[in-house]
Amino acid sequence: MAKVFIPTALRAFADGKAQVEVGGATAGEVVAALAELYPDIRRHIYDAEGKLRSYVNVFVGEEDIRNFGGLGAPVPPDGEVTLVPAIAGGVAGALRAAPRQTDGIVRSKAAGRKR
Amino acid sequence: MLKLTNEVRRAICEAGERDYPDETCGFILGRLQDDDGGRVGDGVRAVANAREPEEAHHRFKIEPEDFLRAEREAARAGKDIVGIYHSHPDHPAAPSDYDLDHAWPVYSYVIVAVERGRARELASWRLEDDRSRFANEPVGTAGQAGEQAGEQAGET
Ligand SMILES: [Zn+2]
Repeated sequence: MAKVFIPTALRAFADGKAQVEVGGATAGEVVAALAELYPDIRRHIYDAEGKLRSYVNVFVGEEDIRNFGGLGAPVPPDGEVTLVPAIAGGVAGALRAAPRQTDGIVRSKAAGRKR
Repeated sequence: MLKLTNEVRRAICEAGERDYPDETCGFILGRLQDDDGGRVGDGVRAVANAREPEEAHHRFKIEPEDFLRAEREAARAGKDIVGIYHSHPDHPAAPSDYDLDHAWPVYSYVIVAVERGRARELASWRLEDDRSRFANEPVGTAGQAGEQAGEQAGET
């Protein structure tokens, strides 16, 4: 069984639990098992198409699964899986009629900060 | 109700003005548990907006690593992450559909409207459990330690 750590924001939908044990050999299976166990969590971690929401990050041990094959990342028996929130938001649409001034300096700064 | 200390309210407004015309963002720390009719935010932790500069005027993002760091720091201080603040440059302090699509339940989402560089309205919102919408959460004033906590309408 894998140990899943539930983020604070979702504990209210998991009987207040901070961690539970579920089965699963991959990160995807473990997360799916969590959603099966606590169906009220489902809408907060999966979108309408059943895909993991973009701001839900899954770590196996200390490693972000993005670097280990995504939801197919293997989870060892007794492995630890942590759901870690990213936070995103913003105002609706593009507000400025004209694009921001993009001189060379801004553009190179942009390239440098891209992840 | 979300009760903010005057320091926290001021810090959020100043961050919004400082980062204008980009969106500012960060965490509100305090006591998540609603007791005495409200949760308390008595600390802030600014986070660099992780969005690309050309998107930062209407989008903000906080990476999971920053979330973990903030949560650990809060825990060391005996606090919780209570919510997230961000600014709406030249836009009202109401959540957008984009905010709704990306929201976590439970947390208070504090938005400060920054109009031509000046912080105006500040409002707090909580996601409904069914994700259908945000509900407005009244914002009150939390007293400092040893001071009587009072209620106060949000200043503009
Ligand atoms: Zn917003």
